[in-house]
Amino acid sequence: MIKKLTLSALVALGLGTTGALAAGGEAHVEDFDFSFEGPFGAYDVNQLQRGLQIYTEICSACHGLKFVPIRTLADDGGPSMPEDQVREYAKQFEVFDPELDDFREATPVDHFPASSLDNAPDLSLMAKKRAGFHGPYGLGINQFFKGIGGPEYIASLLTGYEEAPDCAPEDFPGSYNKVFAAGGIPDSCRDEEGHSTVTGSWIAMAPPLAGDDVEFADGHEADVHHEAMDVAAFLMWTAEPKMMARKQAGFAGVIFLTLLAVLLYLTNKRLWASVKYKRED
Amino acid sequence: MSGIPHDHYEPKSGGEKWLARRLPVVGLLYDTLTIPTPKNLNWMWIWGIVLTFCLALQIVTGIVLVMHYTPHVDLAFSSVEHIMRDVNGGYMLRYLHANGASLFFVAVYAHIFRGLYYGSYKAPREITWIIGMLIYLLMMATGFMGYVLPWGQMSFWGATVITGLFGAIPFVGESLQTFLLGGPAVDNATLNRFFSLHYLLPFVIAGLVIVHIWAFHTTGNNNPTGVEVRRGSKEEAQKDTLPFWPYFVIKDLFALAVILAVFFAIVGFMPNYLGHPDNYIEANPLATPAHIVPEWYFLPFYAILRAFTSDVWVVQIASFVTGGIIDAKFFGVLAMFGAIAVMALVPWLDTSSVRSGRYRPMFKWWFALLVIDFFALMWLGAMPAEEPYASFSLIASAYWFAYFLVILPLLGVIEKPLPQPATIEEDFDAHYAPKAGGTKTIVKPAQ
Repeated sequence: MIKKLTLSALVALGLGTTGALAAGGEAHVEDFDFSFEGPFGAYDVNQLQRGLQIYTEICSACHGLKFVPIRTLADDGGPSMPEDQVREYAKQFEVFDPELDDFREATPVDHFPASSLDNAPDLSLMAKKRAGFHGPYGLGINQFFKGIGGPEYIASLLTGYEEAPDCAPEDFPGSYNKVFAAGGIPDSCRDEEGHSTVTGSWIAMAPPLAGDDVEFADGHEADVHHEAMDVAAFLMWTAEPKMMARKQAGFAGVIFLTLLAVLLYLTNKRLWASVKYKRED
Repeated sequence: MSGIPHDHYEPKSGGEKWLARRLPVVGLLYDTLTIPTPKNLNWMWIWGIVLTFCLALQIVTGIVLVMHYTPHVDLAFSSVEHIMRDVNGGYMLRYLHANGASLFFVAVYAHIFRGLYYGSYKAPREITWIIGMLIYLLMMATGFMGYVLPWGQMSFWGATVITGLFGAIPFVGESLQTFLLGGPAVDNATLNRFFSLHYLLPFVIAGLVIVHIWAFHTTGNNNPTGVEVRRGSKEEAQKDTLPFWPYFVIKDLFALAVILAVFFAIVGFMPNYLGHPDNYIEANPLATPAHIVPEWYFLPFYAILRAFTSDVWVVQIASFVTGGIIDAKFFGVLAMFGAIAVMALVPWLDTSSVRSGRYRPMFKWWFALLVIDFFALMWLGAMPAEEPYASFSLIASAYWFAYFLVILPLLGVIEKPLPQPATIEEDFDAHYAPKAGGTKTIVKPAQ
């Protein structure tokens, strides 16, 4: 076992590249414009609620959000739903209660259910475990303004389904997605050296969004592009529910420390003035 | 106490005398805080206080994080999410702690390279240097084990790869690796012992920091000229020095505030910048990530580890001479630890009688190249192990060793140093004296 683990680790080590270049592979992640990017960015409450609706009506059929407590839907800096609505919302899920040794209706203190399909990954942290942006020059500094690109990856993936390229056999399992880099690629779509001749790969998930899959209460557009953005924004919130509070704390910290630095600079200057004597002219 | 002559604490009131006879703690604090410090210290002498702050920050945030963290393979990952979601201010504690480790290493590298340039390692400060290197080693061990605790994919596979290095040691390697892991592979036993040691080592570091400070308070600080403070009399010493409080405390605090403002911008606005996205995927022993990369602060030594592959002639010779005992993998491990060892031995490898790089015209260039080499290795450590990176890594690794083992010993013999100022006072006055005129009638302030 240990030999095998070490071996595979060394193989991976041999292929190793920087984290900044790792995820995403060949596929191109589109730079969607989200409201929460940059130090001043904030979640759009309406968008989060629309995203929740898409998650509930479509994604949750297979995927779960096991790290997210349902009650946090009422939190400030999140979807900010009224508490009675959250209680109603929770009732649609069934959770296993070890005390009852049986299933019961979920309440706000429960977490969202886990994925119901084995190969459907949990979505709680999806927006943080995929990085779409690494620029400039692989340094990733533009994350400061754009975030790491997780929600962009999700939205790109959801809008990245296309007609399969001609090189692929009809019966190749999965759906072709130009953004998904970790899936299977038919041998007929590889060159002699084994390199893929197509962008993206084949993903097990069938295209989940077709446009007008949900009807928004606020009458917002429900084409694939908007739906993908809304659910990606919601998943950014599930991954980083305290983002708003964090940015606020960041501002308080930076402003306070800058002020402190200015005062200390002046103190220091005054203190040393008698030591670093002036020129005599 | 030896050291630079200066005023000591004199208990005045009855109560002070009573305490001083029983426990001279006030005198110790007074002497520590008013230690005569060379007045020409530049801005590269601020990292000590940044490092002290980092250690305190890591210990304080760490102690609170432990209150909410569960060291068990089934619960560790979700307990970190619990901290991020349910614990009041937990997200901030964790981001401060995770990014605090990076700030710690930024500061320690700046501190080490400052010492290398100004010859802070030279006699009589060898012990300070060696203790510092021990602290640095413990920091790396602590940082590595801390990264394992969230039990994400990079935690697990990083632990597998790094403990695998010990497995490369001939004869005892496999037993040693099993001993480190507490079993045949990275598992619950590994997580628990790493957690225990991750909590213990910072306190060992704190103890060594005290010894580090004790050592350089005995020898006195080095300074940009490398010229020692005059110790003939208190008056003479006072011309070269200023008390640590308030002059250097305020200066260092100003620098710390600037650095922390940048630090807070990173924590507040891009807290995952230095992390790896894969570590938000729960550890899975059955799925190897496509790319296993260590944290950025290990990358230079990781590059050295990977540079020595079996097609390099030194590796082939070593393998031939030892009858295959030293293979490429073990050679890489030796090179990695050797790269740190040569740094620790620098007090005895540098033969120059001149301390500060400021007065060493040839050394300056070789040192600048070493800094570039360090960043190049850091970049190469993050690149895939393929051409042209492999060749570059080999060249960069070779320079690292050449600098310490060949260049420094030779430079001391062939280099003709520039004239040094006779005293620190002379250097200081040259910076803050009339630039024009030349007669230099300097009015000295009242002491």
